[in-house]
Amino acid sequence: MVESKNNLKAWLYLGPALILLTIFIVYPLFNTIIVSFKEGYNYFNEDYSQFGLGNFAKILSHDTFWVAMRNTFFIVFVSVPTSLTLALLIAVGLNSIKPLQKLFQTIFFLPYVTNTIAIGMVFAVMFNQSSGLVNSVLGSLGVRDYLINWVGFGASWGRAMTVLLIYTVWGALPFKILIFLSGLQSIDKQYYQAAQIDATPRARVFWRITVPLLSPMIAYVLITSLIGAFKEYTAVVALFGLDTEIRQKGVGTVVWYVYFYLKGPLLANGSVGWAAAAAFVLFLIILVFTFINLYVSKKRVHY
Amino acid sequence: MTTKMNVKNIVRNYKWDTLFKNILLYGFLTIMAFIVVIPFYWMVITSLKTRAEVDLFPPTLFPAVMMFSNFPEAMAQADFSRYIYNTIYVGVISTFGTVITTILAAFAFARLEFKGKALLFSLFLATMMIPGEMMVITNYITVARLNWIDTYEALIVPFIVSVFYIYLLRQSFKQIPNELYLAAKVDGTSDFKYLIRIMVPIAMPTIISITILKLIGSWNAYVWPNLVADSDSMRLITNGLRRAFTDDYGRSAIHLQMAATTVVTMPLLIVFLFLRKYIMRGVSRSGIKG
Repeated sequence: MVESKNNLKAWLYLGPALILLTIFIVYPLFNTIIVSFKEGYNYFNEDYSQFGLGNFAKILSHDTFWVAMRNTFFIVFVSVPTSLTLALLIAVGLNSIKPLQKLFQTIFFLPYVTNTIAIGMVFAVMFNQSSGLVNSVLGSLGVRDYLINWVGFGASWGRAMTVLLIYTVWGALPFKILIFLSGLQSIDKQYYQAAQIDATPRARVFWRITVPLLSPMIAYVLITSLIGAFKEYTAVVALFGLDTEIRQKGVGTVVWYVYFYLKGPLLANGSVGWAAAAAFVLFLIILVFTFINLYVSKKRVHY
Repeated sequence: MTTKMNVKNIVRNYKWDTLFKNILLYGFLTIMAFIVVIPFYWMVITSLKTRAEVDLFPPTLFPAVMMFSNFPEAMAQADFSRYIYNTIYVGVISTFGTVITTILAAFAFARLEFKGKALLFSLFLATMMIPGEMMVITNYITVARLNWIDTYEALIVPFIVSVFYIYLLRQSFKQIPNELYLAAKVDGTSDFKYLIRIMVPIAMPTIISITILKLIGSWNAYVWPNLVADSDSMRLITNGLRRAFTDDYGRSAIHLQMAATTVVTMPLLIVFLFLRKYIMRGVSRSGIKG
């Protein structure tokens, strides 16, 4: 009697969240997968020509899709290890100082709360060809031909990509530093004291004590930042602006491709199906990486 | 005698070692801190430069004349007051809604017993792993079919629930001793009264964290608003900013572009500096496995 009353009450408390989650998260997940198989899908009248793999064949034949795929993997494999290493170094550094620790901590967290679009526009200004800070620094360092076109009209893929990577690493640092630092602060000081008594070299302390005890945080940060890097999009829009510019420079990511065919300037009959197919492919890739990550961390992570 | 000398030597070596270590450490941290801060500095000084000074090469590191008039001029480039109003309206309502759905659901997961609780909670957590783009496509279709394009509903309704915050608050609720709940039960306090009178006040720091993070999120939202509310009267601040300076690519008006960017960024920096504790706690909680 009491149990069933409790049951009903619990569902009442869960109700609002559950209804919204069903409409805006659970149903969309399945529906998007279904849409990715509907060829020539028109979402206003629910029409589609047939059910099959046509959308996937279509996107695989798009050069833009492969460019987007290449860029996305490029961002994942460059920015994730770079930001992870830098964040770990900074966190270890922060953890071993006393004076100014709070100040540094605050500064390093700043990029987390700021607007990706706004600061991306600032980066574009700093990398401006004719009046930017970066070229001016390169000039004073004695670099020849220092008036480099990084992000302007006609900038090459390599240069545009360099700026994009720098910006994504800059933006990815604060979260990682915060997690690593709170992890470091929870490590029992006794381990370090024992190592000190034995006069253990610093590098060994780092690899034998710090990294293993921090491994749950490293695994967690690795998963979240992999997922984040696979979904990179806003930074691209912030730095390069218009879709035409992004296409011309070839710096779009898979998520950019998805939105380009969901509501871009080149919508075609059924292109929402292409967007859904690209999103589904990305979803599967992320799923595979998440499972690999979980599998490896189960073996490697010390608790 | 010799042992004394040795000890002295060791102490001296140790001192040099620490000094060297500290120089390296502070040097590294200072350089990295500079890299983090430079964009903010560059934004602010560029926003104060004159039209002519912006084009100088090498760029000046501090404006010759402070052009505060850049700010009103930048705000006049587009209907920024409208964008700010829209953003605050959407932010406040969706934050309010989120806090309510979060408190109710977190309470159910933390205190009430019901069939399938563990399974449902795992399902909730699993949704956090799914990239949002999968949902965005269908949600866009849903909103278009509901005729919600360019309405506040489209900007608010899909966002008054968050699995992540439910998880966060449930963890806080869990830390409140069960004895308190049982004592309240004995006294005949209803669950709802207990939730409002006891649990919510105790978990207030987490609820404040959630509120701030959600408001910041609304201020920074770009992707979804860009899809569903792109008409000038419905635009939010971030979209307005990107739009206002995209057509001419900001080339002619870098100082105005940076002035508008400063206006968008400053509220965030101020909120962060004053409420740092809550923000950092909310974010770092997510890193502690549970």
